[in-house]
Amino acid sequence: MRFVRNYSSLLLFVLLLAGIPFFVEDPYFLSILVFVGIYSIATMGLNLLMGYAGQISLGHAAFYAIGAYTSGILTSQYNVNFFLSGGCAIALAVVVAYIIGIPCLRLKGHYLAMGTLAFGEIVYIFLNATVDFTGGPSGIAAIPEFRVGEFFFDSDLKFYILVWCIFILLFVVTRNIVHSRMGRALRSLHGSEQAASAMGVNVADLKVKVFVLSAAYAALAGVLYAHFVTFISPQTSDLMFSIRLVTMVVVGGMGHLWGCVLGSAILTVLPEMLSYFEDYDMLIYGCILLGMVMFLPGGLTRGAEMLYAKCVKKAGKRGDA
Amino acid sequence: MTLSSQIVQFLFTGITIGSIYAMVGLGFNIIYNSTGIINFAQGEFVMLGGMVMVWLTTMVNLPMPLAFILTVAIVTVIGALFERLAIYPLKKPSVLILIIITLAGSIIFKGSAMLIWGKETHTLPHISGEEPIEFMGATILPQTLWIIAVLAVIVTLLAVFFNFTMVGKAMRACSVNPTAASLVGINVRRIVLLSFALSAGIGAVAGIVFTPMVLMEYDRGAMLALKGFCAAVLGGLGNGVGAVVAGLLIGILESFGAGFISSGYKDGIALLILLIVLIIKPSGLFGVSEASKLKEF
Repeated sequence: MRFVRNYSSLLLFVLLLAGIPFFVEDPYFLSILVFVGIYSIATMGLNLLMGYAGQISLGHAAFYAIGAYTSGILTSQYNVNFFLSGGCAIALAVVVAYIIGIPCLRLKGHYLAMGTLAFGEIVYIFLNATVDFTGGPSGIAAIPEFRVGEFFFDSDLKFYILVWCIFILLFVVTRNIVHSRMGRALRSLHGSEQAASAMGVNVADLKVKVFVLSAAYAALAGVLYAHFVTFISPQTSDLMFSIRLVTMVVVGGMGHLWGCVLGSAILTVLPEMLSYFEDYDMLIYGCILLGMVMFLPGGLTRGAEMLYAKCVKKAGKRGDA
Repeated sequence: MTLSSQIVQFLFTGITIGSIYAMVGLGFNIIYNSTGIINFAQGEFVMLGGMVMVWLTTMVNLPMPLAFILTVAIVTVIGALFERLAIYPLKKPSVLILIIITLAGSIIFKGSAMLIWGKETHTLPHISGEEPIEFMGATILPQTLWIIAVLAVIVTLLAVFFNFTMVGKAMRACSVNPTAASLVGINVRRIVLLSFALSAGIGAVAGIVFTPMVLMEYDRGAMLALKGFCAAVLGGLGNGVGAVVAGLLIGILESFGAGFISSGYKDGIALLILLIVLIIKPSGLFGVSEASKLKEF
């Protein structure tokens, strides 16, 4: 029973996910849902960093790119096994995140924001400049589709199932992290770093760990992206993509596990629905980000919770009268 | 071209772009000192300065001096409005929230600039012609001298402002301790507003003198902000003189790097310097490490 209670929202979500393919046959719509899943994985990591550790990364697109490019190059040019290439991609992102994270996070405050912004730009410049290795501005095409043995993930439906299975697995892992000793230490850190370190939390070490973990999530999302789209160019990992990920986290709700799905879903589906979004996207993202932070800093999930609590209170009052 | 003349050439190019980084770095420091905020929109002020100047001189056909004054005024007002609309209403915001706000501001400025002036690059005529001056085998554009002169004027004015005027001294008091400053009757909120206006104005001036040399596009801001931040950090965050020296240093290193190594990695050099400084000496070249530990950021 405890399992059902702890995971009731997740079970509902799984049922919803399982039901969708029966009603939706349009591959276009399914592919959008695949993107929602990929972005949810990336934002879940970023959410740990922003919502729980109170730090912000403006270079997550770079880790996403490291994941996508490493796996893309290894599989398309060296015929490496998918699990090995994916593992290499994530390992590389972890090592790089460690190197960036240690100096930035040992400092007080938000050097990480500028450090990751600089790092993201370096990766972007590197991807454009090394034409022989990464294909330069035109990127890498013909990345093989994901397959296990002889089973090919060659349709949107199969990939949809794969991405969301990985998401659910990670969701359970993340949920356990949040509710573990580490998660409690993280939340204490968000409240007051001094108090946390007085209670014996190694603040800098913990921040580095969360940052590295979030980079690994982004890299995994990148790997999935590369093998789903089978094409990758530097354009997919520019500064705007980092900001898009941050916006997804803020819209969904920092520090709320479901926030990442909600934010990713809204900010992926909305631009698809408004086809003229293209030229206005920067302005719209900026306004959404500013508006959310100023008026609803807890994001939509917190907003919904507040609304729900208000309704319950109102209903309760009516019942009394 | 001989090696020595090449070196002189790179040195002047470096000082030119370094002056711009120094101006952006100064803008960072002014806001940081009075609020503890790292303003991610700092580079957008430079971009806006260039764009508004182009618009006023080529579309509205105003004479150069008038357009100059009007541009600085417009961007200053934009900076002040940004503070009043986005920073002022917040009650006790966390650093994370402030970063997201200035970041959002920067993409709003960028997105608006793209809608107003389009995605193409814009250019301005040089202030006093494009007749190059020969100097020790190197050719120098008069605009270079203008940029250096403008930096010198800004630094002098700021020095006078911060040391000899009441408002400037009040701003310095706020940077030391805002609570104590408000106890002696300084209106801290007004100082914050002023610091945003001032650094937007400096950014606008930088954009105006910079645009004839390198052209201006809507998405220049982020990179300029990053390099200005490099200057501010390398010079010791909050240290005005440090930012100027570090800005010039970064410009020179970048220009030599582009000349002798590869121009493709030109932008990477400053960013690499930033990461190295953060790793080795985060208090910067001129900062005291003890003092930087006490800072809020």
